[in-house]
Amino acid sequence: MLVVTAISVVRLKSLFAIAMLSGVFSLLSALLFVVLDAVDVAFTEAAVGAGISTVLVLGTLALTTRHERPTKHSQVVPLFVVAVTAAVLIYGTLDMPNFGSATAPAQTHVSPDYLERSVHEIGVPNVVTAILASYRGYDTLGETAVVFTAGIGVLLLISGLRRRREDEDEDEEGRES
Amino acid sequence: MRHHLILRVVTKMLVGTIILFAFYVQFHGDYSPGGGFQAGVIMAVAFIIYGIVFGLDKVQQVFPPWIVHKMLALGVLIYAATGIISLFVGFSYLDYGALSPQHPEHGQHWGILAVEFGVGVTVTGVMVAVYYAFAGRPPRLSDEEW
Repeated sequence: MLVVTAISVVRLKSLFAIAMLSGVFSLLSALLFVVLDAVDVAFTEAAVGAGISTVLVLGTLALTTRHERPTKHSQVVPLFVVAVTAAVLIYGTLDMPNFGSATAPAQTHVSPDYLERSVHEIGVPNVVTAILASYRGYDTLGETAVVFTAGIGVLLLISGLRRRREDEDEDEEGRES
Repeated sequence: MRHHLILRVVTKMLVGTIILFAFYVQFHGDYSPGGGFQAGVIMAVAFIIYGIVFGLDKVQQVFPPWIVHKMLALGVLIYAATGIISLFVGFSYLDYGALSPQHPEHGQHWGILAVEFGVGVTVTGVMVAVYYAFAGRPPRLSDEEW
């Protein structure tokens, strides 16, 4: 189903349908994460990917146009780049341990350590939260700062600068008159 | 969207529930899936859906832009201040054991709650601010063109 959705996103020309289908795509990948037992990630994907980004994409659509313009350039070079990237990515997965394998680095490296320590060191049942907020506190502080910076950036680009330019225009008009 | 009666009624019923769920995800994040990031997004969704259905002016009366802009920075400050508190008590930065030196576990608990709250505040602020920024511009498409 993920593949079908992805293909229809590529084939369609109506940007409104594409926005909706990418929401569907996010929801389906959230289901995939639930199957993989990554409930926290699935939660985020469903809320951000399927919810907010669809709304924001629709908001952007309202500011631009509804239909994709037909491309003028040749599509051979992009196709080549995509094919090479996909080949490299698939080649990379060949070395990965089998799904659920007990000897995978993910199961042997730090996770058993965290699973054992967090119960008596942190006393919080959800290990993901314990790692996120306590062991990896600096990282999460950085992430919050990144979200903050991104928000400020959007504000500056979309609402702030425009207002200032209007002010400048008014100033110039004032000076001219 | 004056004419969509069902949408408006359902939204009115849902907004409270969504906000309640956001608080549940926020403060229950150490027991069940979720945390500040997810709670912030859900909280923002409540305001965004209200804005979509009832219009930007109505939602900005409830949640004015200047509060949103303060929330952006406030969340990061809450997070950073939690770390600084532990510095003053003599622990290392962001070591939540400092919040209750006799019971480091309780301290961790409080610290995680405080930090997640900071994350939630920032994420809510950013999402709502981005929505306001997009929705605040005059659209080029009229409603009929959809």
